[in-house]
Amino acid sequence: MSARKFFGRILPATETARVPTRSSRRRFLQHTLGAAGAATLALPSHAADNAAQGDPSILKPQPHRIGLGQPVATFGYGQPSQWEKNLQRRQSPGLTRVTQSSVAFTPLQGSFGILTPNGLHFERHHQGWWDIDPSQHRLMVMGLVKQARVYTMDDLMRLPSVSRIHFIECGANTGMEWGNVAVPSVQYTHGMLSCCEFTGVRLSTLLDLSGFHKKTARFVLAEGGDGSGLSRSISIEQALDDVIVAWAMNGEMLRPENGYPLRLVVPGAQGVSWVKWLRRLEVGDQRWDQREEVLHYVDLMPDGMHRQYTQIQEAKSVITSPSGGQTLLDHGFYNVTGLAWSGRGRVKRVDVSVDGGRNWRTARLETPILSKALTRFNIDWQWNGQPAILQSRVIDETGYVQPTIGQLRAVRGTRSIYHNNMIQSWKVAENGEVSNVQVG
Amino acid sequence: MCKLDKHALQYALQHALQYLRPSTDLHNRLRPGVRLMLCVVLMLFTTYSVAQTKYPGVGRAATAAEVSAWDIDVRADFKGLPKGSGSVKRGEDVWEAKCASCHGTFGESNQTFPPLVGGTTATDIANGRVAALTKPSEGRTTLMKLSRISTLWDYINRAMPWNAPQTLSVEEVYAVTAYILSLGNVVPDDFVLSDQNMAQVQARLPNRFGLHMNHGLWSVQGKPDTNNTACMHNCTQQAQLRSELPEHARDAHGNLAEQQRLIGPTRGTVTTRVASAATSTTATSSDTNAAKSSTAHAEARALATKHACLSCHGIANRLVGPSFQEIAKRHQTDNQANTKLAQKIRAGGVGAWGNIPMPAQAHLADDEINRLVQWILSGAR
Ligand code: HEC
Ligand code: HEC
Repeated sequence: MSARKFFGRILPATETARVPTRSSRRRFLQHTLGAAGAATLALPSHAADNAAQGDPSILKPQPHRIGLGQPVATFGYGQPSQWEKNLQRRQSPGLTRVTQSSVAFTPLQGSFGILTPNGLHFERHHQGWWDIDPSQHRLMVMGLVKQARVYTMDDLMRLPSVSRIHFIECGANTGMEWGNVAVPSVQYTHGMLSCCEFTGVRLSTLLDLSGFHKKTARFVLAEGGDGSGLSRSISIEQALDDVIVAWAMNGEMLRPENGYPLRLVVPGAQGVSWVKWLRRLEVGDQRWDQREEVLHYVDLMPDGMHRQYTQIQEAKSVITSPSGGQTLLDHGFYNVTGLAWSGRGRVKRVDVSVDGGRNWRTARLETPILSKALTRFNIDWQWNGQPAILQSRVIDETGYVQPTIGQLRAVRGTRSIYHNNMIQSWKVAENGEVSNVQVG
Repeated sequence: MCKLDKHALQYALQHALQYLRPSTDLHNRLRPGVRLMLCVVLMLFTTYSVAQTKYPGVGRAATAAEVSAWDIDVRADFKGLPKGSGSVKRGEDVWEAKCASCHGTFGESNQTFPPLVGGTTATDIANGRVAALTKPSEGRTTLMKLSRISTLWDYINRAMPWNAPQTLSVEEVYAVTAYILSLGNVVPDDFVLSDQNMAQVQARLPNRFGLHMNHGLWSVQGKPDTNNTACMHNCTQQAQLRSELPEHARDAHGNLAEQQRLIGPTRGTVTTRVASAATSTTATSSDTNAAKSSTAHAEARALATKHACLSCHGIANRLVGPSFQEIAKRHQTDNQANTKLAQKIRAGGVGAWGNIPMPAQAHLADDEINRLVQWILSGAR
């Protein structure tokens, strides 16, 4: 092992230029960090001088080791570290025309485990968001019921509650990639995806409380209390199975952007069914053919017909690191990590390829592995500096194998917008740069 | 066999004897024979799910006024549709006053939302299928997709105008729905839409047969339409790159270096510069030219946005008028194109692409028109 290589090893990652002999590479990294607003993390120029003695981060006293820190409750509600500012919800330019009917994507590239921090949960509104006074919020359950009933938040929160971890994915997630590569990073390809522990009362409890008409009840309409009055039909079987009327996410009340104080949680179904600011549930004997069931969330097929009521999010996976828009720091070891999920149940297995789908190895699944929830996978990889194409492929408990984009297009064409669960490919170039590609 | 608890009994009585108010000691006052009889009655009433009595004190009955205040949905079978009517003529006034600012005078605007009308033909109305939906190049307007008239009525009633939902009267909703349909020639200009003739209009919707549920994505048990296999070795030939992000789109989502964590196995890629380190340090003259031309394009595009050209013309897709790229293509070998197109923009005209007129744009300065023409002819990026 050369001295130079050793030198590289003992320095923190930020100082490990991938090819220390090539100064252009160093400048490149320096630029990277500078641009990212991390002046204090930039390469110390004196590093070489002190190299004999060791790392100044160890040898020099650190201010936080020899001074006094901040008091408790500096922030009544804690904030992420100042160093994490790059991980923000962001919009995709040109996707929508007005900001109140738009999407903000979750930065999956920085995610760990399976839970999405509440402040990073993706957003999709049709008429802007509201912070509704919970004491004025009402839920009405009506339609084919013995008795139409009204609940306050006080009422609902008295009822027996359940807490369940589930993913929520917009039906249009990855929709921009149907025709070709359109966006650069996993935030924009897959970021209409989040996963939380939701707490609320089971919908079946509320339906029972109103005494729904068992013979005729076939569907339930859920309607939001915002200006769009967004509404979707779900089947009574689904409603009685695992749907939750939720007020909490990840241990605190819902965030306003996510429907405070009440939203529907429809495990396995696309996000639009998870009606936010939920104010009305109607039991009926037909689907309602609402705007989000006739004009949108319908999948255009090559023959010009639209598939209506496509709601289940089929099994899908994506590598979150390394992923598009990232640059690998060095040759050598990497933990390839990502997320897998299925709207039909549990994840059974995830395979990873580094050669564009020619050969596959099975990844480790981290616990918990829950039904209709994100599952984290990891796999070891030695990068030898050659170009590579990284892919992941999930198999769910029904035996369904995540399709390639070619297989999807063969059936559904390229204009469906919704339900693109293709195997995602990330190209790693020789200079370490990872980018979004499609292979065939 | 049939165990009656006090709550279940009261519940049964509520059903059986609607006018009898159950009291708490009712159960005690009933003789065993009556209880058995009630047990049978209870079983008859299991049409309703029964848990109402399990959580006493939680929630209350809704009043009729409360239910009707919130029960606004209209279904495809017109359940929920209020009685009433509205004319196309009245609808035009409503449209001008409350809708046109966002959707354009003819529902064609692309500014806040894709156009509401356009793309449908008389043949479509006859067939109930919109032919343009099979053509990959076409944009999709609301009327091209609409398969249920109830959906249009319900949505306008529930959510429009976008900035002031639920402020339209029932008559205004009928009227403005009729107006939109008249723009697509689904109803004549002297039409009066009402709860009585909604079904007839439904039978003329251009895309009324355009939806189906022949797929496996409605229920968890549904059958998938792809069947990949979990091959592990030598599965494909050498992977061929089919699509990559074009170089000019590298920074379309901002500088990705600023969107990645500052520590860990990777760093965000600096996308404000071109890909390879070699070319990034020394900008070549072709880079500079490219940059210049891309700002010229951006400026012209901003001009087209400002003058609402883009509400009728897509860059690559046809809206009310032809796409700018197809205009460029048609005129690419015509050395008079500059003057001809400038004249057409200034004075308007019709017939070159169809029977919808291009309105005169007399308010534009000559210089602006020239820039727009050059931009269009150079491919309008
Ligand atoms: C302030 C701007 C604005 C005004 C005024 C407005 N709209 Fe809209 N309209 C929108 C936006 C934005 C959307 C899309 C909302 C969404 O994304 O959910 C929309 C959607 C629609 C749609 C649904 C189209 C589709 O394909 O889904 C219809 C129909 C519609 N508007 C009709 C009307 C009518 C009728 C009026 C007047 C009574 C009106 N709008 C006034 C902004 C406006
Ligand atoms: C209300 C809709 C509308 C608006 C707004 C509009 N156009 Fe047009 N434009 C059309 C239509 C429709 C045609 C096709 C007319 C025809 O068939 O001759 C057209 C034709 C044209 C043509 C000529 C194509 C040819 O081959 O003759 C040009 C150039 C053009 N438009 C540019 C513009 C520009 C620039 C603006 C903005 C300043 C603009 N248009 C605004 C609808 C519109």
